Amino acid sequence: MERISSVEDFIHFRQLILDEPEDDNPCIVISAGTCGQASGANDIIRITKRHILEQNFHDQISLRITGCLGNCEMEPFMLVEPGNTIYSKPEMEDVKRIIDATVEGNIIEEMVYTENGGQKKYHSMQEIPFFKNQTRTILGKNQKLDPIRILDYLRARGYAAFEKVISNPDPDWIINEITKAGLRGRGGAGFPAGRKWESARRSGNGSTKKFVVCNADEGDPGAYMDRSLLEGNPHAIIEGMIIVGIAIGAGQGYIYVRREYPLAIKHTLIALRQARDIGILGTGIMGTNIDFDIKIIRGAGAFVCGEETALIRSIEGKIGQPEQRPPYPVTKGIWGCPTCINNVETLANVPVIISDGADKYTKVGMPGNRGTKIFSLVGRIRNSGLVEVPFGTTIREVVYNIGGGPWDNKKIKAVQTGGPSGGCIPENMFDLPIDYESLTAAGSIMGSGGMIVMDEDTCMVDISRYYTNFLKGESCGKCSTCREGIQRMNEILTNITEGGGNIEDLALLEELGKVIKDASLCGLGQTAPNPVLSTLRYFRDEYIAHIEEKRCPALVCKAFIQYMIDNDKCTGCGICKKNCPEKAIEGELKKPHSIVQDKCATCGICYDLCKFDAVLKTGVTNA
Amino acid sequence: MPNIIIDGIGFDAPEGWTVLEAARFLGIDIPALCYHEGLSPGGGCRLCVVEIGEGDNTKMVSSCTYAVEEGLVVHTATVRVIRARKMILELLISQCPTSKTLQDLAAKWGLQHVRFTPKWEDCIHCGLCVRMCEEQMMAKAIGFVNRGNELKITTPFDITSEDCRKCGACMYICPVCTVRCEGAAPESVLCGRCENSLQPTCLEFYDNFSCWMGLKGECGTCVKERFEEKKED
Repeated sequence: MERISSVEDFIHFRQLILDEPEDDNPCIVISAGTCGQASGANDIIRITKRHILEQNFHDQISLRITGCLGNCEMEPFMLVEPGNTIYSKPEMEDVKRIIDATVEGNIIEEMVYTENGGQKKYHSMQEIPFFKNQTRTILGKNQKLDPIRILDYLRARGYAAFEKVISNPDPDWIINEITKAGLRGRGGAGFPAGRKWESARRSGNGSTKKFVVCNADEGDPGAYMDRSLLEGNPHAIIEGMIIVGIAIGAGQGYIYVRREYPLAIKHTLIALRQARDIGILGTGIMGTNIDFDIKIIRGAGAFVCGEETALIRSIEGKIGQPEQRPPYPVTKGIWGCPTCINNVETLANVPVIISDGADKYTKVGMPGNRGTKIFSLVGRIRNSGLVEVPFGTTIREVVYNIGGGPWDNKKIKAVQTGGPSGGCIPENMFDLPIDYESLTAAGSIMGSGGMIVMDEDTCMVDISRYYTNFLKGESCGKCSTCREGIQRMNEILTNITEGGGNIEDLALLEELGKVIKDASLCGLGQTAPNPVLSTLRYFRDEYIAHIEEKRCPALVCKAFIQYMIDNDKCTGCGICKKNCPEKAIEGELKKPHSIVQDKCATCGICYDLCKFDAVLKTGVTNA
Repeated sequence: MPNIIIDGIGFDAPEGWTVLEAARFLGIDIPALCYHEGLSPGGGCRLCVVEIGEGDNTKMVSSCTYAVEEGLVVHTATVRVIRARKMILELLISQCPTSKTLQDLAAKWGLQHVRFTPKWEDCIHCGLCVRMCEEQMMAKAIGFVNRGNELKITTPFDITSEDCRKCGACMYICPVCTVRCEGAAPESVLCGRCENSLQPTCLEFYDNFSCWMGLKGECGTCVKERFEEKKED
């Protein structure tokens, strides 16, 4: 495609695309983000394509392959527009039937989505509680566009904000609009984006040697908002970055994305090439004197490189270790030049604010926390996936109305927010509105938006042990408090879960946690003790049960559990005996088996394999 | 020159100084392990933390990396600072109990007990040697490898590097490779701590005996002798 060389031409070009009449044919949407592909979306795409070709349906049906729509539970699925009917997890044969029915304009009633195998059929995506209760300003666009087609993005009113900005490049207006909208950084700390841009704009003595960085180094266990945004809608991020570039007067942008996200890298590279071809990126954009280009930097996957000073050092090619702030990156960043670092989600919000105006944006959310936030709702919950809700929504609404409550009627105990640096919020505080301040006051953080639901089968001591174990390997190791402190915390917690703890350990954990929070250099160390401190605050009884009663209330810690076989239920099928790695199960075929406790390593394989629920998990009894 | 207040003392510090330099200029003692006048600041050991700000709005920063700025209020010895400093020492000394520098610091700051299992390592990863090699010796022969609990300082791929001239500057600047005297109990995490205790350890064993070496119990010879005797009994 030819490079567009003037603003007028671009406006005309966009108008041409928007004026195109809508396709009347039904459209089959298949989401094929990394998550969709893993659950088998590629096979469905292949069959769909072949069936359309074989039956010569090209004129009667269209196919769109999109990024992730958010609901992991129903993947892989086929969504039929216009009606937005969802067929979840279709078999290979069903795919052909669905296509045939769609061409005829019918719906296959028996295959329509039901929530978790329930009776109620949801004929439209908007009726499904998971989608109904969300406000999908950012994520909603994923359904409408194929990430590798720039025309799809333009058709979905994309690059409208770019057009607005390039026809009148006024940094003051942009920054003012962002400040008015009250956009806060979605990376975790919630720093006002407008203020950050203003400082970046003022520093550097008018030089254009400034940088815009998109921080896509998402490393929290169980969080994948940034990945699905980059995979599903890379042009929105590019558009956001150009606007930041114009606002602060930068000439170069970097997208720092981890190598673990190959599909995100692929889609972003394609999007960048298209944007360059069309003339949205490059020198003299649209005939103006604005230069801006974007490069991808692939990170090696160190969690700490999401911290901005470590990220800068990583881009410079040095070891990813954070540095003292101030000087902040906005005054002294990459190679000493002013650098404005924004999270993927923040950048995805920018085009929305600029094209629709700050006034419309501030209607959503609550004072001080405007707009929506994407969470990855995972853990022991019915509908896991990405949810986008306005700030101020309570945790209860997210967990029960959108998430659909717990699995198998267990009781939900807590929600862990903010990844490894966040804390656990107990069930009795679920009416807390989700905003930066409330979560901090409750001893957790917003973080990038991970939300892990835990029920009574989760041991809180084991959870904090898990997080310290993750962090002890992911700390950069530069400062002594973080490196040594987290290792010691992990040591103490491991000792408690193995039955060796004593009650003074709890005081030591608290003292140590406070010092790590106080004296560490970067955000990782300063928030690392949060999981331990918050579980100590809300679930102290579980720690005490481990230490004093030598009992794990959730039956997780191996030192405190044993497996037994219920003689009444055991049919003697022998499957447990065959699979026991320790050869600890004895018994003749067709007769009840038994476990030799001395040999048992409490691995739980028999418990998972038994089809008759004959293997019981109990606390250790000395008798 | 920015005017700053350190522990209540107003002071016009030259532009570009760090809080640590200003405090030491005023004679205020702040311990620091990874700081050296001739090298760029590291901020890794965290021993030099101070509290900045006033009222409820205070935070802790490492004084060796924090540049002075107009109106900065610094407290170098609040309860919060001392508590953190002792905890950091406890962490470091349990990592590397054989270091004389650490033992001296522990004695000076009154560290009474170590609650962590000793690791008996030889390095506290302060990074002084890395900076020395890069900045003063212009060799860049050693560097940090890995991260987190696997962090170590070594030559590339752990093999003898051609860039290393074996000048020994890394050993010269290392704060922990000066081995402590073994004292009464070599296996203890905290040694005899003679440095700051008013009664040298020698006196506990030989009543009113003044050490002929005049080293106020630093040598540990007497104690060691006595210890050997005890073992033989």
